[in-house]
Amino acid sequence: MSPKKIILRFGKDISDKPIIYNLVKNYDLVINIIKANVNPKKEGTLVLELTGEKYNEGIEYLKSQGVRVQPLAEEVFRSEDKCTNCGVCTDICPTGALYMKRPSMEVMFNSDNCIVCQICLQICPYKAMEVRF
Amino acid sequence: MVIERTYAEINEKIKSGKVVVMTAEEVISLVEEKGVSEAARQVDVVTTGTFAPMCSSGVFLNFGHPKPRIKMQKTWLNGVSAYTGLAAVDAYLGATELPEDDPCNSKYPGKFSYGGGHVIQDLVARNPVLLEAVAHGTDCYPRRELETMITLDDINEATLFNPRNAYQNYNCAVNLSNKTVYTYLGMLKPNLGNAHYCSAGQLSPLLNDPYFLTVGIGTRIFLGGGIGYVAWHGNQHFPGIQKDQAGKEYGPAGGTLAVIGDLKQMKPNWLVGTSILGYGATLTVGIGIPIPVINEEVMRCVSVTDKELYAPIVDYGEAYGQRVSGNLGYVSYAELKTGRIRINGKEVPAAPLSSYSKAREIASISKEWLRKGQFFLAEPVKLLPSYKDGIEAKSLEIKNI
Repeated sequence: MSPKKIILRFGKDISDKPIIYNLVKNYDLVINIIKANVNPKKEGTLVLELTGEKYNEGIEYLKSQGVRVQPLAEEVFRSEDKCTNCGVCTDICPTGALYMKRPSMEVMFNSDNCIVCQICLQICPYKAMEVRF
Repeated sequence: MVIERTYAEINEKIKSGKVVVMTAEEVISLVEEKGVSEAARQVDVVTTGTFAPMCSSGVFLNFGHPKPRIKMQKTWLNGVSAYTGLAAVDAYLGATELPEDDPCNSKYPGKFSYGGGHVIQDLVARNPVLLEAVAHGTDCYPRRELETMITLDDINEATLFNPRNAYQNYNCAVNLSNKTVYTYLGMLKPNLGNAHYCSAGQLSPLLNDPYFLTVGIGTRIFLGGGIGYVAWHGNQHFPGIQKDQAGKEYGPAGGTLAVIGDLKQMKPNWLVGTSILGYGATLTVGIGIPIPVINEEVMRCVSVTDKELYAPIVDYGEAYGQRVSGNLGYVSYAELKTGRIRINGKEVPAAPLSSYSKAREIASISKEWLRKGQFFLAEPVKLLPSYKDGIEAKSLEIKNI
């Protein structure tokens, strides 16, 4: 069973509840937290990689708790031709999916860590980053 | 024994295939191991490189005369305006020029997805480019408008002439304000969220000739994947030595080069159209200067390492835009390259805008050209002004008129 990436959004009414604890405990799912954030309005965003037999039941549980679930269907790619290995994306990428290999100073892209926020598409001076559906 | 070499002696060795060339990166370990004198004895030429956005770039074009003839008054290439306040079918296309209808920063931050730099890259890539021109019409130049497609091979000349390239050193930009800013050094997050720098450091051409002992008018260089020349010192050429308030020296400040070359022999992967979010369009230029080891002093200069080269840290949240002088201290390129620096006690992620791996590639290509006898050194007609000339920057006073 391959892991699935999902984005979970929590309203402020539920962001303090132990929902993820229950998800892991009751549905026996393996989780890998890629990104977690609570904004000043106390709304939460969580990007997860989820694996397990009871995946679908787990998703139903999340929805029943008021969590909005969105699959990460889009994928970001890097054009090796256009990328100049400058590195200006590496301190902007929020998850470190784009990072600098040292000491060669080449830009690496680990798509497993990408949360498709697409900020790299905006800031790349050479339009080397692309999103596909 | 004092080591001295002439340009003619080095060129003889290039011709016979016996020239010894190292990159500015490779020579560091040789000098560490054998010392400056022995390294100077062994190596004839040290190659350098840099690959970064260089806004003061552009190309002089001569389109050839249409039938009937025209004296172009306004000209556009793929919708990007080129200056035609020259003779009939001459134009200068600047790297940062934008299409007339570009939304710019009206939807902030603007994308600036196409501009003069992109047109230059399209020309070099041999892509067809739309040429439009209007004129008032004269007895000798009766045509009043034209619209046609051109390629680089269709036109008479295309001379890349960049009035200011290859900055010797540059600021490390940070943002002390509490909002994100979009600068020519990229997106800077608030409250010292990140730091951007733009230099190849120990590989950078002018950091390897800090006192202008070899680079001068007529120096032959790697320019945009082809061969070019140093035409003059660049504008805003301030080759002084930077010092902190206590008088401690932090190496070269900011000499620059004006460079020239035939665009037709350049390559689109070394002249790249560039879009900087919220700032504008520009051109990323690849430049490399092979430095002749004419004496030990030159070898000492080219063996400089990132640990000995420093960038001033400047606040682009407010101080830069408001031209408030001073900086937040100096940081070495060795520290910057680790990706984390400390400013005011805070650890700040750092990233480059200048591609170090491309700089290394330029130094390697130049080395191959020299070894294969495809590139000879040119002795400068005149060396460029150095720190000894005491050049001071002028600012523009806004007078009451």
